[in-house]
Amino acid sequence: MDKALRPGRWLLYAVLIGFALFSLLPLVVVVLNSFRTAVEIGRSSVIGWPEGLSWQNFTEAWGGYCIAQRCEGISPYMVNSLKLVVPATILSTALGALAGYSISLWRFPGDTLMFTIVVMGVFLPEQMKLIPWALVLRELGLTNTLSALVLIHTIQGLSFTTLFCRNYYIGIPQDLLKAAKVDGAGYFRTFWRIILPLSPPILIVTVIWQFTGIWNEFLYAVVFTSGQQQPITAALIALSTNGTVVTNYDVMSAAVLIGALPPLLIYLFGGRYFVRGLTQGAIK
Amino acid sequence: MKGRLGRYLPLLVIWLPLLINAGHVVGFTAWTTWLSFTPSDLLPEYDWAGIRAYRAVLRSENTEVAYINLLLYGVGFVGLTTLAGFVLAVLIDQRIRAENLLRTIYLYPLAVSFVVTGTVWSWLFNPGQGIQKFVRGLGWADFRFDWIIDRDLALWTIVIAAVWHGAGFAMALFLAGLRSIDPDLHKAAQIDGASPLRYYLRIAAPGVAPIAISVLVILLQYAIKTFDLVRAMTGGGPGIATTLPALVVYDFMFQRAQLGRGSAAAVLLLLSLLLVLLPYYAWAHWRARKERAANG
Repeated sequence: MDKALRPGRWLLYAVLIGFALFSLLPLVVVVLNSFRTAVEIGRSSVIGWPEGLSWQNFTEAWGGYCIAQRCEGISPYMVNSLKLVVPATILSTALGALAGYSISLWRFPGDTLMFTIVVMGVFLPEQMKLIPWALVLRELGLTNTLSALVLIHTIQGLSFTTLFCRNYYIGIPQDLLKAAKVDGAGYFRTFWRIILPLSPPILIVTVIWQFTGIWNEFLYAVVFTSGQQQPITAALIALSTNGTVVTNYDVMSAAVLIGALPPLLIYLFGGRYFVRGLTQGAIK
Repeated sequence: MKGRLGRYLPLLVIWLPLLINAGHVVGFTAWTTWLSFTPSDLLPEYDWAGIRAYRAVLRSENTEVAYINLLLYGVGFVGLTTLAGFVLAVLIDQRIRAENLLRTIYLYPLAVSFVVTGTVWSWLFNPGQGIQKFVRGLGWADFRFDWIIDRDLALWTIVIAAVWHGAGFAMALFLAGLRSIDPDLHKAAQIDGASPLRYYLRIAAPGVAPIAISVLVILLQYAIKTFDLVRAMTGGGPGIATTLPALVVYDFMFQRAQLGRGSAAAVLLLLSLLLVLLPYYAWAHWRARKERAANG
């Protein structure tokens, strides 16, 4: 077959490389613009080579640029995102691992129905939950706090993490559990001694999935926080629609790049797990 | 004491988070559905008002434009993404050089948020600063590429950005499918002298058909839920030319503070999602049963 395709092989590479260029275009544009000045960009277009190499845009975007009358750049919002994403990822993953373990290996009454409802949560549009969350958050006194977003993402994230972990743990042989039970190990001991050591692959997949998803989430962020409490996605939108007519493509590029960096780095270094999470999350 | 705690603590650990999750899925859905049948305006009220809110939502021009847009955007985005994903997967499957590099390049957009995706593509489509100006700078002085400010074409700029974001995902799933086809079938086809085209049409395409259906359903689901991308790229404009159902919900709830109508719009969004998901589940269920029967 290889031979039969050989005459068309240049075409094959042309298509592959062409699409790769399309795929890379926005990234290249953002990287190059974050080294260009507003004057340079204004003179040509957002597509162009930097004339010099200056880190000015990055320092400005990180700590000097004004968003909503506050001139501290995007660093406070990056910190907000971290304060939100780290606890929400850890909590939802830990609870999801326990829930997945329970559902797959410790049958309990009503577990199938429970699992079905939990998985439905994966598909339920956020729009169906906005008003109830707003009312619940007000009752809890969490309006416009990062804790509110941690709470929402932990509870909502449980749908994904339980699904991931349950589908992984279901492949663990029951005999292992029976042996543990014979030895007198209970629920937590079995989890700690037997299940957890087998779990790193699925835990990495789950953590990557949750971290990326929560970091990139926008709707809850923009609805439930404002001003200084906003995570980076909401702040980037505020930054690009700053009231001024002219977009500062130079500083904005640096800001966008910094804001997109954490999930991108995770993808680059954990790509294998990233893809696995994707195919697992998708095919089920 | 310890014995009792030992027995009940697991039950508590199992049940409590799951109960809260299941409770919020069922309870919040019921809550919003109820609100959609009330006269709620700025504040939630719980008196029955029948389908008044639905009438108002369905009569609004925003809703009409949004659902027509969803249809066009859904077909364009899902069709192009699936096609691009399948073609890329087949091409990558030809024992090419630098496979890992290309896969990394195709897939990285998935790690990029829709907010960033929309922001950067809006720059590229902006005729005053983006691709149009760049090409004009190369000397083609009357080159035009101003879809994003054109009411009839702006939606297609959203489609392009969405395809950019999703094509790698479809490629990864199709590639996994192609690689899971029995290699003996491939060899047999080669021995029979079947052309590669014939192999992909006759053996590979039916082999990945179940994956194709999953890809279609997942992408359609994304299309129905699309919000951030449009918000970041065009804000629904020019005018309301690129608005989508999820933006209509947001508009009713938070811009006009009409909670009842916003809820009704959200329920309509959920219904259009079910229109896609229910047949899919029925099909998946049917297939699982057939497989079980086949395996005896």
